[in-house]
Amino acid sequence: MTTLRLAAAVRGPGRTGPRGRPVPLLAGAVVALVVLAAALAPLIAPHDPNAVDPLAVSLPPGAAHWLGTDDTGRDIASRLLYGARPSLLAPLAVTLAAGTIGTALAVSAAWLGGWWDRLVTAALDLVFGFPGLVLAVVGAALFGAGLPVAVATLTIAYLPYVARVVRGSALRERHLPYVAALRMLGLGGARACLRHLLPNLAPLVLVQTATAFGYTLLDTAAFSFIGLGAQPPTAEWGLMVAQGAPGLLAGRPEQALAAGGAIVLFTVACGLLGTALSQRLAGDRT
Amino acid sequence: MTAHYLLRRALGLLATLLAASLAIYGGLFLAPGDPATLLVGGGKPPNPALLAEIHRQYHLDDPFLTRYWHWLTGMLHGDAGTSLAHHDSVAHLIGSRIGTTALLIAYASTLILLVGTALGTLAGLRGGRTATAVTAATGTLMAVPTFVSAVLLIWLFAVRLGWLPAYGTGDGLADRLRHLTLPALALAASWLAYVAQVTRSAVHTEQGSEHVQTARGRGIPERLVIRRHVLRNASGPILSVAGVSVAGLIAGSSVIEQTFGLNGVGALLVQSAARQDLAVVQALALLTVTAFALVNTAVDVATAALDHRTPIGGARP
Repeated sequence: MTTLRLAAAVRGPGRTGPRGRPVPLLAGAVVALVVLAAALAPLIAPHDPNAVDPLAVSLPPGAAHWLGTDDTGRDIASRLLYGARPSLLAPLAVTLAAGTIGTALAVSAAWLGGWWDRLVTAALDLVFGFPGLVLAVVGAALFGAGLPVAVATLTIAYLPYVARVVRGSALRERHLPYVAALRMLGLGGARACLRHLLPNLAPLVLVQTATAFGYTLLDTAAFSFIGLGAQPPTAEWGLMVAQGAPGLLAGRPEQALAAGGAIVLFTVACGLLGTALSQRLAGDRT
Repeated sequence: MTAHYLLRRALGLLATLLAASLAIYGGLFLAPGDPATLLVGGGKPPNPALLAEIHRQYHLDDPFLTRYWHWLTGMLHGDAGTSLAHHDSVAHLIGSRIGTTALLIAYASTLILLVGTALGTLAGLRGGRTATAVTAATGTLMAVPTFVSAVLLIWLFAVRLGWLPAYGTGDGLADRLRHLTLPALALAASWLAYVAQVTRSAVHTEQGSEHVQTARGRGIPERLVIRRHVLRNASGPILSVAGVSVAGLIAGSSVIEQTFGLNGVGALLVQSAARQDLAVVQALALLTVTAFALVNTAVDVATAALDHRTPIGGARP
């Protein structure tokens, strides 16, 4: 840590200097704002997101409806705010589940070795052979369309991204002298893994899952967009882009552009924040 | 790059495809309820006579491995069963649509390979402002998901400017290509940006390497230095990301076909999944995974062949 500070001081105001800070700060602000909007949607949304109004169909943006209304007269701004909830929660669930299960598989495979390791590695390789979206489409065909099925299948699809990297790192860690020392002290395998191995792997797991989050968000949105994820009348960003697409030709592009813009803005902010986080963690480790 | 290596890759590919086909077929029996109900598709309650007929037709009362073998050999002979939702053979449904998808993917791949590598090479060789502009533009493009770029392209080029058609397939090759331009651009956009970034960084790294400086120092013409030393050595990473991109297009095409109303196998896959038309979904999933695995293996083999440590064409005067 101290040597790092020194090195940074010698290098002067470079990447780690104050000039590099605004970008992660701005990204963090965007992420915080979107999360806050999702949490407070019932308080700040001007209208009920599902209230149909036949007298206010496809209105342009105005004072009563900031972003106008969709083809059934629902307020687009309110739907955008409420839509943040499933749009963020579904990928969050995928990331958390894939991170937890993937780490458990990876650590147990690296620790136990033998047939379990070979089985886990082979299964991960098999999943890796399927494009994530195709796996989710097959899941929807078997179990029906909807967000829960999308979350479950995308979790499986993202397991290799976490587990492969963590397994490699856990293998290296497992052969370090401190693990042998712990074993000589009489520590059981499970306790050595949970108390000592996992904390050392935590930064890596965090970075892998943080970078995966952006991709899972795009994948769940794409899946809702093709009609197999969130189902109407749910307000969800990917579904809103799909529902707004006919409006492009009718001169009412607001819904598609606003929902698409929200997806891009939030993903970019998350990506920048993830990069800053991983650089910081990498810096702390050296 | 030996026969041994090729054989090992081919066996690995075969093992992957066998395991994938087993997973795709086995998935049918993970789903709740009678698989025959799923094979009827459409979600409506089928009559018992039809169910019994399906049981006979799909050999659903045989042991699992027998059924799987029957299904797999059928697939290999081009017999993928019947879609009850379409009242047509699956092979015919796929056969009549695969041309559109193949053309779309070929178009998008060409865009990625030509424009992506050209942009990246330009930025890597020029450096300075060109590099900054290319990096900023591609960084933005990479963050835009396929379906959002599709919406933006339709809005800009089909609605505002009216240059290109937004929907439909068109007749004749020229008209079909015209109809496929926006879909191919939308499909290629983020991958093109990715390839451009990797190309820029690979070319940039090679530019500063010792062997390139030595070649310049020996007075070799710049054109030759770039072709033989910079681009040749940068081609490894470029090729491998280009391969990943083309594999990614296979999955992305279903989103694009759905958006632009193209009558390809990607749209068929999505529509069949929504109607739970299992026979079609299984066949298309196997087809997609096969294409995906073939592209990935081809890229690995090509990367090994291009590796500078293998003596292929390296000793030219």
